[in-house]
Amino acid sequence: MNEKIENIKKAFNEEMAKMKNRIIVCGGTGCVASGSMNIYKAFQEEYKKRGLDYTVEITKGCREGSTYISKSGCQGFCAQGPLVSVGDIFYTKVKVEDVPEIVEKTIIKGEVIERLIYKNPADGKTYAKRDDIPFYKKQHRILLHDSGRINPEDINEYIGHGGYQGLVKALEIGPEATIEEMKKSQLRGRGGAGFPTGMKWEFTRKSKGDEKYMICNGDEGDPGAFMDRSLLEGNPHSIVEGMIIAGFATGACKGYFYIRAEYPLAIERIQIAIDACYKTGLLGKNILGTGFNYDLEIRYGAGAFVCGEETALIASTEGLKGTPRPKPPFPAQSGLWQKPTTVNNVETLANVPYILSKGGEWYASIGEGKSRGTKVFAMTGKVKNTGLVEIPLGMTVREVAYDIGGGPTHGTEVKAVQSGGPSGGVIPPQYFDKPITYETLKEIGAIMGSGGLIVMDETDCMVDIAKFYLEFCVDESCGKCSPCRIGGYQMLKLLRKVTEGTATDKDIENIEKIAKAMQTASLCALGQTAPNPVLSTLRYFRNEYEEHIHDKKCKTGKCTKLARYEITDACKGCTLCARNCPVKAISGTVRQKHTIDQSKCIKCGLCFNQCKFKAIVRG
Amino acid sequence: MTQTNVDISDIIAKWKPIKGSLVMMLHAIQGRCGYIPREKAMEVSEKTGIPLSKIYEVLTFYHFFKLTPPPQYQINVCTGTACYLKGAPEILAELNKLIGIKEGETTKDGKYAIAGLRCLGCCGLAPVISINGKIYGQVKASQVKGILEGLDKGEKPA
Repeated sequence: MNEKIENIKKAFNEEMAKMKNRIIVCGGTGCVASGSMNIYKAFQEEYKKRGLDYTVEITKGCREGSTYISKSGCQGFCAQGPLVSVGDIFYTKVKVEDVPEIVEKTIIKGEVIERLIYKNPADGKTYAKRDDIPFYKKQHRILLHDSGRINPEDINEYIGHGGYQGLVKALEIGPEATIEEMKKSQLRGRGGAGFPTGMKWEFTRKSKGDEKYMICNGDEGDPGAFMDRSLLEGNPHSIVEGMIIAGFATGACKGYFYIRAEYPLAIERIQIAIDACYKTGLLGKNILGTGFNYDLEIRYGAGAFVCGEETALIASTEGLKGTPRPKPPFPAQSGLWQKPTTVNNVETLANVPYILSKGGEWYASIGEGKSRGTKVFAMTGKVKNTGLVEIPLGMTVREVAYDIGGGPTHGTEVKAVQSGGPSGGVIPPQYFDKPITYETLKEIGAIMGSGGLIVMDETDCMVDIAKFYLEFCVDESCGKCSPCRIGGYQMLKLLRKVTEGTATDKDIENIEKIAKAMQTASLCALGQTAPNPVLSTLRYFRNEYEEHIHDKKCKTGKCTKLARYEITDACKGCTLCARNCPVKAISGTVRQKHTIDQSKCIKCGLCFNQCKFKAIVRG
Repeated sequence: MTQTNVDISDIIAKWKPIKGSLVMMLHAIQGRCGYIPREKAMEVSEKTGIPLSKIYEVLTFYHFFKLTPPPQYQINVCTGTACYLKGAPEILAELNKLIGIKEGETTKDGKYAIAGLRCLGCCGLAPVISINGKIYGQVKASQVKGILEGLDKGEKPA
């Protein structure tokens, strides 16, 4: 128990208790892009217009019976945004025009507006309460729970909800016992590699040196992944608290937040959180009167994917060009400015306060096998409910994609789920009932990765996907070591041949040879894992590669050079396609079947997308 | 915002004493000038003693730093996985048709520049484009023309 923290908590909750009700408008990036900040303002204006009392900040002396109108961090259900909750009533796709009605009916009369509550597209059922919605019900939200409920810019609310209790506990029990607690929790690095966090901390703690450093890896760069961004923006204090605890446990004097410059809101909110901590005595000299000194500072990334690799990240934090170096020595021995350094991922650190305040055993009770706790995934692609989901490790892919995700968008089957982005691989349907753990994913050739989960259906070409990821890695290769720099480029050239129909079986052999060389000889994880998307699609969808090579066919039409469009008997002769074809390759008379002149067709797909009678087939 | 005659001496003075802060200093300069003009890079070199070659090593390594002035409208098309699958290539093609430049190019009058961008972090709204930092979600190729016309009228995205 720390008196100072207890007092802040008590004061906040006393003020909060004066509020009659609370409106929460989601302030995550997705909802903000859909206009949620205008809704936030509209509620205040509507209250003013009606002469109703409202509060936008919980400070000393709040008025009794007021309504707290607040923002929250990302609530995860991005495709349904902007999200607004009034008490436990949960509204989706809210517009500014809906605001007066919400105030009139829901706030004043306590009625639920049917039109605005979530309707499950799968069975048409409606849900007024957030926690009843299948998307939320199956999740196990520890990190995301607070993110969707508290004002990320208010340290008092974080403390009011039990924040900084983990730090108080760590300061009480001391660094060794803190590391012991982390080991008990069996938390593993959430950046992808899955190294046990407690052990990592212990290595740095035991390293000799008077100066030690902590770095938070916020260089989230996997295309399709946005978990870390949402956590940084949605619950910045949980990560700041994690950084302070980690600094205390490892014996660091200073910590750096390394955050992508592309995430300005994350940078802003972390800065607000750091400033508030200095003011409250949670950072700086003699933290909470314990004699522990610790500072935090932000460093911006500058758009280099390779900086997510820890040695490159360290170089970049030093203000240099971010290229990796061979390990050992590991950062725990020689890291930032050659001093012992711990690098932890954002999500890893966000777990720390909960582990300390609720105990390592509690955390370890969630999960399966050697993968304990929860993992946040950014689910996107051809699935009904896209957004952020937090699941207990050990849940199956099917549960995530179908029960939480609501199944494929267009009624077709899910063809595969991609996990781990450009370093990962695809999970084909025969493994959908396997539990998601570090081990099982590795076994089937995908990886946990940082948490991107992309659902693909029959309209996605696996060769095209592999090419997309490889292009990304070739672009982002720093160029320091030749297996990655040259290998990636040559492999991409061969893959392009496949998508253009000029490849032979020999090219596939060569792709596999180069992949092996890159995996063995590359300097860092970027090059070592870059072949994964290609190898994993080759493993499970070799037939698609063979179709491209032997039959010169791409079923999905994604490989445009191989696409072939034809008009079927379903054609009504509406002339839409003929009028819009940019090269006038379509001919025919009104109300009669049209034809495509294949020698003229540039395979742009315009006719296919425009046809109202689905009379054009792609093959 | 794109001036080369702005004063950056306070930025250099602020970051110079802080260890390993070259990247941060360059971020601040770009924030003020819109890009990193050669004269400013030289000024940093003179005042900090960091060789100009070292500064350019950093400037050219990171995608974020720009060595030429920014356009009036920077149009970024997200080509992250979700957007790519949901139609980013069609949007790029439409932009190319309307403005006459390709990804990575700037129009001669400096009005438009088009860039493909890795994930913007709102895949739920795919496909997404951003113009001068404002995000447009669920964009259809057919809406691109209207969006561009809106820019000239000073309209802002909802």
